[in-house]
Amino acid sequence: MTTIPAPRTRAAGPGRRTSRGNWELYGWMFMRASGVVLLVLIFGHLFVNLVAGDGISAIDFGFVAGKWASPFWQVWDLLMLWLAMIHGTNGVRTIINDYAERDSTRMVLKMALYVSFVVVVLLGTLVIFTFDPCPAGSPADLLPSFCTA
Amino acid sequence: MPTAPTEPRDAAPTAKRIPGGTLYRGREGMWSWVAHRITGVLIFFFLLVHVLDTSLVRVSPEAYNAVIGTYKNPIMGLGEAGLVAAIVFHAFNGIRIMLVDFWSKGARYQRVMLWVVLGLFVVTMAGFLPRHLMHVFGGE
Repeated sequence: MTTIPAPRTRAAGPGRRTSRGNWELYGWMFMRASGVVLLVLIFGHLFVNLVAGDGISAIDFGFVAGKWASPFWQVWDLLMLWLAMIHGTNGVRTIINDYAERDSTRMVLKMALYVSFVVVVLLGTLVIFTFDPCPAGSPADLLPSFCTA
Repeated sequence: MPTAPTEPRDAAPTAKRIPGGTLYRGREGMWSWVAHRITGVLIFFFLLVHVLDTSLVRVSPEAYNAVIGTYKNPIMGLGEAGLVAAIVFHAFNGIRIMLVDFWSKGARYQRVMLWVVLGLFVVTMAGFLPRHLMHVFGGE
């Protein structure tokens, strides 16, 4: 019969915060709620980009420009970016808390995680909204067909 | 002068003294949890790279096409198959986790549900793999 040993982390005692309000509960709920939405968004993304048409071999600047010319795909990708980044960052935060035992190690890893989160989310959001599907001076054969129309 | 052996203060507890379930450890419940973590971390790091490579559309069509071109070689094509496999498992096992949490009979059926997850995984990958590998290796 297998047994489960006592956790290595000590139970909360004097001097240790026992409560952070409901934050961890909200995080727990968010993982589940965002997970369902992400399943739909990411399966749709994979189907349109990798399965339909010519799949990966058809992806180029023209393909992306053609998608982001539509607000539908802009909103789709924006939602996917934000939800996936929050979901993933919270997941990695949990893993850091579980395995990095020294306080300083945990701090450094989580700081790196949060910096990556801010950089990637801001960059992705800016790209989706400041993107020009028909940049001036680019060869027409690299651009989506509506640029020359 | 010999000293009397002292009892270690934190003697390893014997199995009998530890109460605890045996539902998860070393079984389907634990391994699905391990796989969920590994696939999650893998997907997260790909996501960081994927936002960076897609951001090249803002630099120039040539820069984006050059980098996305590397995603089309056969080795990367196999990597994408692995990535999709990780996503599909993480997605289906995520639904299983929610059923364990919110469905009154979820915990009782967690083991059966893992086999359902693996079955759905095989079916989904059987639909995806031939099509993707055709795009990667089909040539033009």
